[in-house]
Amino acid sequence: MHPRSSVSRRRFLGGTLAGAGALAGLAACGSPGPGAAGGDAQLWTLANPALDPVLTKAVDAFNTKAKTKIKLVSVPANVTMNDKVRTAMGTPNKPDIFFNWGGGSIRDYAQSDRLVDMTSALSGDPTWKSSFVASVLAAGEIDGKNYAIPMKGMQPVILFYNKTMFAEEGLQPPKTWQDLLSLVDTFKAKGVTPLVLGGADSWTELMYLEYLVDRLGGPTVFQAIADAKPDAWKDPVILQSVTMIRQLVDRGAFGPNYSSVGYGNGSASALFSQGKGAMHLMGTWEFTSQVSTAPDFAKNDLGFANFPGVDGAKGDPASVVGNPTNYFSVTTSDHSSSCVDFLKTQMTSDAYVDALIKAGDIPAITGLESRLSAAPDPTFATAIYEMVAKAPSFTLSWDQALPTDKGQDVVTNLQQVFNKQMEPEAFVSALAAS
Amino acid sequence: MATTASPVRLRAPRESAQAADRTSRPGVVWGVPAIVFFSVFALLPMLLVLYLSFTSWKGLGFPQFNGLDNWRRLAGDSQTWRSVRLTLVFTLVSWVVQTVLAMLLGVWAAGNQRNRAVLSAVFFLPLILSSTAIAITWSVLLDPNFGLAGWLGPKLGFEGGNVIGTPHGALVMVIVVGSWQFIPFHSLLYQGAARAVPQTLYDAAMIDGANRAQQFFRITLPLLRTTFVTSSVIMIVGTLTSFETILILTKGGPGTATRTLPYQMYAEGFQSYNMGYGSAIALVLVVVATALSLVMVRLSGFSRMRSSFEGL
Repeated sequence: MHPRSSVSRRRFLGGTLAGAGALAGLAACGSPGPGAAGGDAQLWTLANPALDPVLTKAVDAFNTKAKTKIKLVSVPANVTMNDKVRTAMGTPNKPDIFFNWGGGSIRDYAQSDRLVDMTSALSGDPTWKSSFVASVLAAGEIDGKNYAIPMKGMQPVILFYNKTMFAEEGLQPPKTWQDLLSLVDTFKAKGVTPLVLGGADSWTELMYLEYLVDRLGGPTVFQAIADAKPDAWKDPVILQSVTMIRQLVDRGAFGPNYSSVGYGNGSASALFSQGKGAMHLMGTWEFTSQVSTAPDFAKNDLGFANFPGVDGAKGDPASVVGNPTNYFSVTTSDHSSSCVDFLKTQMTSDAYVDALIKAGDIPAITGLESRLSAAPDPTFATAIYEMVAKAPSFTLSWDQALPTDKGQDVVTNLQQVFNKQMEPEAFVSALAAS
Repeated sequence: MATTASPVRLRAPRESAQAADRTSRPGVVWGVPAIVFFSVFALLPMLLVLYLSFTSWKGLGFPQFNGLDNWRRLAGDSQTWRSVRLTLVFTLVSWVVQTVLAMLLGVWAAGNQRNRAVLSAVFFLPLILSSTAIAITWSVLLDPNFGLAGWLGPKLGFEGGNVIGTPHGALVMVIVVGSWQFIPFHSLLYQGAARAVPQTLYDAAMIDGANRAQQFFRITLPLLRTTFVTSSVIMIVGTLTSFETILILTKGGPGTATRTLPYQMYAEGFQSYNMGYGSAIALVLVVVATALSLVMVRLSGFSRMRSSFEGL
């Protein structure tokens, strides 16, 4: 036996044991300790240059009188809020209050008892409860219980259009689907993209499906899907909606290169504000975004209308889809009762609501008609407020309402339909099967 | 019992071996930091992923053991198999493109042309840029309305400059960006190897009347064999696991046209929160990458290779 190898083998084993020992030690250190008791409560919100100062004032107002202070943490907009919250949920560093979209974004937490059920807090304080627009408060329920309190403006999806371009041609915004189709043909003949679409971000395409399903079959069609009823996807309304979308695509309604245009990086909005597109189906946040990036366009050329209805269809043309609002939810922790107090006292306070209005949001609070004159664009604010107030139903965006994996399936397959990589029937069978 | 008092004391073979060890080879103790680092950040996660692949977990609470469910789902999931095929095609094409270009560039840079040093320095710029920054810059360039693609695309046959919105265009662009980013590194490897080729061989070839092409194919290329294997293994394993370029450039799109296996793993694990299933996909990736590396090393006869400088 070679003497050299026996020495090095012993040393090798020694080295490995040392490594394994260090490994075990580090693994033991990794076990979670007790929760962060004491200290401030953390409120996580999605960074928004218009909204952050308003929230800061509300938090400061609360902190002057409260025993447990609240610390505002502003999460940058390019960090996925849902991912950050989910990763933190299992750790001692989880937020005490956090910003969310209701529906699928909080369902998992609510069903695993990580969130405070505020139903009794609401019913015990009727003034507080009735301050919120009922349909918006209801859209934040999970299994019939209130886990989410509205904290921001209502954001239905509406059809923006370039009113100057329309006026030049003597055109009106579409009231019916046929109107929309003839507008598409007219603008295509002029070499203008009829409908701007940020197709690289697949959720922008979902809005067309949401509205068409609602117009054709009413809100119950999606309700069945959200409730995971069997064969909900096989409803003929779904196939009809996807077929109509495919007709729009084949007609060239979205231009030649929508699948490379993004919304998140501002390309779609820039296309619209530079007059290269005639219409843009988007949430009301597009209005505030245009006001800050292209103020002249927003002031002079930006018009808006309801999504057209479909003649002879079951759905009500006054219904809306979109984000009813953003919510705050409270996690179960030592600070929960203070956090619920914060929501009770600040979210409906006059100071907070008026500040939201001035920042351009349309809060989900009842009785706001007179106070909306303080908005930067009172016409817009009042029109949207009345639109939501009159709407028989307000359906939450599907990718937020559905559980995360279902939502991803829908947008991925829909993107393939828009890119002509998948036929409508294949879309329905793919979603019915999953 | 004769005591020898000679000036040169003969040492026992065992002691001399030990003494030689002490001076020539560092002990394994020097390797402990690296072993610990590798164990904690590579081995431990792999073992945890192996465990997770037999559970179902949504990122909250504790993983629930569910036996072979994830693996059964993997066997029947057409999207995952499409991703495997796509990844293999993507890796193969990237490998061919990058190897050919890196080899040519590296051998050229090993020469003595006049502006060689300056141009070589310029070629290595992509190497020092962050992967994310490169992907973001390219995605801006490829914007069909405000980027270069809008101007150049129609000239190359892409209607409306829609390069990255077509399935094939998207895959080609991901390959292009990856190649742009990593060819400098591999040309560096080839440059080093080409510079080590003794000039005497080229002189002898010139005397025998060989032209430059013949010198390249008959002298340079065979002597680059070991570098070729090293570079290929790094390239293939790197491309198999490449993720951030696809995430930023195409998000796996359009549709699922660039949804490679790493992206599929991300989509299942971090968008749909099926962590157990994502772990199973991750293991498939580990197995495929390891198998490919082993095959490459075996096929190229790496372990049997003799020194390139035998006989010189």
